[in-house]
Amino acid sequence: MNASPNGEVLLEISGLSKSFGAIQVLHEVGLVLRAGEIHALLGENGAGKSTLIKTVTGVQGRDAGTVRLCGQDIAPRTTEEAVAAGLATVYQEVNLLPNLSVAQNLFLGRQPTRFGIVQGGVMRKRASALLREFGLDIDPGRPLGSYSVAVQHICAIARAVDLSARVLILDEPTASLDAHEVEVLLGVMRDLAARGLAILFVTHFLDQVYAVCDRITVLRNGRLVGERETAALPRMELIHMMLGRALEHSVSTRDAGRPRGDCIGAFRDMSRRGSIDPFDLDLHRGEVVGLAGLLGSGRTETVRLVFGADKADSGTAQLDGKSTRLHSPRDALRQRIGYCPEERKTEGIVAELTVRENIILALQARRGLWRPIPRREQDAIARRFIKALDIRPPDPERPIGLLSGGNQQKALLARWLATEPRILILDEPTRGIDVGAHAEIIQLIRRLCEDGLALLVVSSELDEIVTYADRVLVLRDRKQVASLEGESVTVSSILAAIASDDVAPKEQAAKEQVAREEVA
Amino acid sequence: MSRLPVIVTTIVFLLGFAVCGLHFRHFASTRVVADLLTDNAYLGVLAVGMTFVIISGGIDLSVGAVLGFTTVFLALAIGPWGIPAPLAFVLVLALSAGFGAAMGALIQYLDMPPFIVTLAGLFLARGGAFLLSTQSIPVNSPVYAALVGFRLHIPSGGQIPLITMVMLLVFVVCGVLLHFTRFGANVYALGGSRSSATLMGIPVARTTIRVYMLSSLLAGLSGIIFSLYTSSGYSLSGVGNELDAIAAVVIGGTLLSGGVGTLFGSFVGVMIEGLIQTYITFDGNLSSWWAKIVTGALLFAFIAFQQILSGGVLSSLRRTSAPA
Repeated sequence: MNASPNGEVLLEISGLSKSFGAIQVLHEVGLVLRAGEIHALLGENGAGKSTLIKTVTGVQGRDAGTVRLCGQDIAPRTTEEAVAAGLATVYQEVNLLPNLSVAQNLFLGRQPTRFGIVQGGVMRKRASALLREFGLDIDPGRPLGSYSVAVQHICAIARAVDLSARVLILDEPTASLDAHEVEVLLGVMRDLAARGLAILFVTHFLDQVYAVCDRITVLRNGRLVGERETAALPRMELIHMMLGRALEHSVSTRDAGRPRGDCIGAFRDMSRRGSIDPFDLDLHRGEVVGLAGLLGSGRTETVRLVFGADKADSGTAQLDGKSTRLHSPRDALRQRIGYCPEERKTEGIVAELTVRENIILALQARRGLWRPIPRREQDAIARRFIKALDIRPPDPERPIGLLSGGNQQKALLARWLATEPRILILDEPTRGIDVGAHAEIIQLIRRLCEDGLALLVVSSELDEIVTYADRVLVLRDRKQVASLEGESVTVSSILAAIASDDVAPKEQAAKEQVAREEVA
Repeated sequence: MSRLPVIVTTIVFLLGFAVCGLHFRHFASTRVVADLLTDNAYLGVLAVGMTFVIISGGIDLSVGAVLGFTTVFLALAIGPWGIPAPLAFVLVLALSAGFGAAMGALIQYLDMPPFIVTLAGLFLARGGAFLLSTQSIPVNSPVYAALVGFRLHIPSGGQIPLITMVMLLVFVVCGVLLHFTRFGANVYALGGSRSSATLMGIPVARTTIRVYMLSSLLAGLSGIIFSLYTSSGYSLSGVGNELDAIAAVVIGGTLLSGGVGTLFGSFVGVMIEGLIQTYITFDGNLSSWWAKIVTGALLFAFIAFQQILSGGVLSSLRRTSAPA
């Protein structure tokens, strides 16, 4: 927050609208970027952040609205045109070439030449000088791929800035970096802002927003919620802007206080570098544990570790008191842990197969290919779950793709229930399901845990988590920050935990200095 | 990391040469070295073009067929059609360059896999050669005699004929083109990541077309060399030579997935293939098919070696999330 917030306006977006088919994803969005500021663009999934960036930088066309850069209307049709106009974007995935040298990457297409021969020495000298401005002292003759992702990001930014960019858009540049590297990158952003560039910073990490940003623009459901100065916007209010929820309206209908069964799963000190900080997790028989947090806070990462879909760097797992290896989903299945992923269409159902075939899939996988489940048994299982979960229409031979979202989700639940799991993980069980079916799924979740199952549920719907969870773990910036139990499980306490701020800004700046020296 | 395969290949060649030198008298002589270069001049030129194509992330299966077509075309043009040899050379080079540009354009604009497009090119060129003639046609031309007779004598009995000089010149000129020009950097960029190269504003279309054009042009030149080497044209010339060229390039340390490789490595790869053949010739009792078997074994060993190396590269990339 070192820059003058009232610098000259560099980029002015107004009345920007965009729709894909019948769905309008941006409704007359406006945004102003000033010279010397770092401006956060925030919003949850589907808020329209990426669409906004794509329409501004020419990756996609726009339906209405104007984009003015330094007072001139621009309408780039390709990213090159946007770069030529002075508008550069650096994405989470570094779009450089790991097989070429750092120097070649910085100057590709504009290498210094004499008689058509690239002057390698001159180019490397220039590369070194350029990178030193960004606090990097590395050998530009080595392949880019031999350096860390953070260095690659800085190279991408250096290339963009050197291509005479005045406005820099950083789309989640810190998502795949560890804490240390993030500090370096934030330092580079501050330096650039001090040099008079305008930076639009898209991220899910609120700590980073509060560490470097002067202003914040929040989008929700394709609409502009507002632009605020960071210093004048408390976290709580920001989260309300992002989630669009007023505290007074959240009514909890939980019936708390069920007796807790014995511990089925105990996970200690589990972590994975760059994905989730060490956490402890206990799962009890008949208990629903909710995982809450903003998008990118590490919820899905947590359950993927528990299921063995990602390999943990550290930690131990105990099931029913015995320590267990969970290195792959196969291990997890063998230990009777089930996982309903968030992406139902791509990771869950097989649309062409029938309801019956989808239900028996996991059970068959566990038995192995050579011991097919007899047809009569299959029919019995399918009938039982269609009845128990009230899947409609109650036809086991109908292709599952023809069912509604809610019924597909129930069939997926049935698939895992058929394997008689001890622990069942549900990632966003109510996403993409119409509101009526929400209640039914929630009912089901409650009933399942009464049967002695331990449930671990990830959900963005705080109202829903509050109604079914006995315990809620709150995650923020890949850390478990709170564990709420019993009476304290309320929407407002979850929000307060998400918003809590425990990083002092001064400490941040000091860490950054150290970090930068070390990475270089 | 990327230099290691070339170093290993070079060591293998030097060791192999030393073994042959100890095994056979007269092997370690300028004559044998000169013959090694001359006998593989046409293959060397093919391998140069193939190196560009493979580094750009593609493959060119048509070069052997283009070589065959070129020899038949030259034999007919200089003989029955009565075209002066220099003009015939220019014609055939223009023809093959155009052929390569067309394949490159198909690959670029129809987004077709290079394997299929150049396989079609192989059938077209080979079919065209058969259409011209199925006979082996001798070339009797004073120009040919003069060109074949032009030799550089080096100490202790070795002779460097014109075709060898051309091959060495091609390696030097194309080495500069690949390693020291913007075009060369763009070729590596294409092989590294097509989508990143596009986002960085590299002229992807132009570079792709030029790479295939260069490969076919060099295949044409290789055909001229082969025609001078054998003083004849035959539609079955160069059958399978595209595979020899690919093998030489891969043995020389170029990654088949593109983006990594050197022209010097390809040169050593060609020399290794030649060395195996020379060993068998010297031995006199071995079946010449052993050359294929040893080449196959070497190719397998080098690909396994690269896989292990690039596995090491991958894991070092994974480690990048660790603090530096």
